[in-house]
Amino acid sequence: MSIQVRNLSYVYNAGMPDEQKALDNVSFEVYNGQIASIIGHTGSGKSTLVQHLNGLLKPSEGTIIVGGTDITEAGVAMREIRQKVGLVFQYPEYQLFEETVAADVAFGPKNLGLDEMEINDRVREALSLVGLDVDEVGERSPFDLSGGQKRRVAIAGIIAMRPQVLILDEPTAGLDPGAHREIIDMIRKVHEKEENIVIFVSHNMDDVAALSDKVLVMDRGQLMMSGTPQEIFHQRERLANAGLDIPSAAKLMMQLRKSGCEVPVDALTREDAAKELAAYLQGKSRKC
Amino acid sequence: MENIIQIKNLTFDYIRESDEGSETIHAIRDVSLDIPEGSFTAIIGRNGSGKSTLAKNLNGLLLPTGGKILVNGWDTADEAHIWDVRQTAGMVFQNPDNQLVASIVEDDVAFGPENLGVPPKEIRERVDEVLKSVDMYPFRTKSPHLLSGGQKQRVAIAGVLAMEPRCIIFDEPTAMLDPQGRQEVMRIIRRLHEEGKTVILITHFMDEAAQADRIVIMDDGRVIADGTPGEIFADEETLRRIRLDVPLAVDMAHRLREYGIPVPADIITQEKLVEYICQYK
Repeated sequence: MSIQVRNLSYVYNAGMPDEQKALDNVSFEVYNGQIASIIGHTGSGKSTLVQHLNGLLKPSEGTIIVGGTDITEAGVAMREIRQKVGLVFQYPEYQLFEETVAADVAFGPKNLGLDEMEINDRVREALSLVGLDVDEVGERSPFDLSGGQKRRVAIAGIIAMRPQVLILDEPTAGLDPGAHREIIDMIRKVHEKEENIVIFVSHNMDDVAALSDKVLVMDRGQLMMSGTPQEIFHQRERLANAGLDIPSAAKLMMQLRKSGCEVPVDALTREDAAKELAAYLQGKSRKC
Repeated sequence: MENIIQIKNLTFDYIRESDEGSETIHAIRDVSLDIPEGSFTAIIGRNGSGKSTLAKNLNGLLLPTGGKILVNGWDTADEAHIWDVRQTAGMVFQNPDNQLVASIVEDDVAFGPENLGVPPKEIRERVDEVLKSVDMYPFRTKSPHLLSGGQKQRVAIAGVLAMEPRCIIFDEPTAMLDPQGRQEVMRIIRRLHEEGKTVILITHFMDEAAQADRIVIMDDGRVIADGTPGEIFADEETLRRIRLDVPLAVDMAHRLREYGIPVPADIITQEKLVEYICQYK
């Protein structure tokens, strides 16, 4: 299984005076078992890109092949695309609408035409994957839950469709720090359990460094670069030119370097940075 | 210094209707705080802790169930002075799209003073001045929908500034912005504070709270801590217990201690941490 994007371009308002190229010849692939992240400044084309991946927008040019099927072809049914690629929008809790949590999560599977038993199984499993118990919250109104819980219910609604590719557009935006951590842990857990492809859009470079196998950097509609977090975050100047930051731990190590400490600067996560700093400090104190 | 806002034993309850019947939610439970004029206070706490309810009480958008709030001496529950209260304490919300009403930036900023009956010539002067103070003057004839999130939020701030408030309450003003937009808005907030405005900032970002001169932590409708950023961030246990973050330096110092490095407890800013580590170079 893989998702392959080839020479994807999208033009807004083609032929009009305000014609704008939102995506410009974007190509990349993500393979089974990978978590990929998309980073980029506001207006860089991230959201336009993810809306193509589940067929919401049709490209002006290019193809998107998911597990062997070209989902940009005219004859492909939307239902088939939705089953392959699930998209969780920004602030998905605004889209909850059913009277109970269980009914909301069941909405997608129902539309797939599954039988009652299968739907119930999927609702239970999807809720448990996002850390909620169907017996506890299933019959409650989704609007009585906390912000973080609402978001997890909305994500469960997509997971219940069992997509091979799960896309999340800024899944932690606006959450408090505790709920933020829960969503990040949840993404990791869902990925391990479902063995799917996860693609998430984020402004949080700490999350990007901690979760991703592959980072895609968008700038003005183009894929500026792609690679492992190590490869991407070492190109600090190119990132800065695209208005992007590096993870907070990497920033600390850079600041130490600038202040004259010869610490290694390849750590991206706090765990790694602490390990390297401890080794550096222990080495120094032995010499004294 | 004079207290521009005095919160005296504030309680705020509301009724939530659900299938199981209605229940009373105690959103704020006996909170007392004084906000000195010219101060910069950050309020932190998890979702549902009562931060936003408190903010909406400060300029009379919500009225206390118990206790009272005085803004420049006026009781927010006194209808005769509600406009004085709102003009003294302006409010900026999370979503800039919900705060902009006009189709041209400068019209939007003029909306408040027009409603106050300010003479046209003075409105023109105020609009130009406040747009300059948020670095949005070059965009005055643009349409708000063409602006970035950070730019829209700065226009919303200009709209509040045009009312010439002495205090501005920011309710998670950067939550919906990208990192660049966040920096732009924080730069303006710091500048307003330096110019003498009283600032109250509600935020989930600890690096933003660290820029205030006082941090108040709310949990379950109560104030559970109130101190300088140094005092607040040194109490890592409380922050972890109510599931808030600690700033990077505090977290790194904690991790280094687990490796047996004796990092002193008063290291809570990145500058201090760098200084500490570099003394071994």
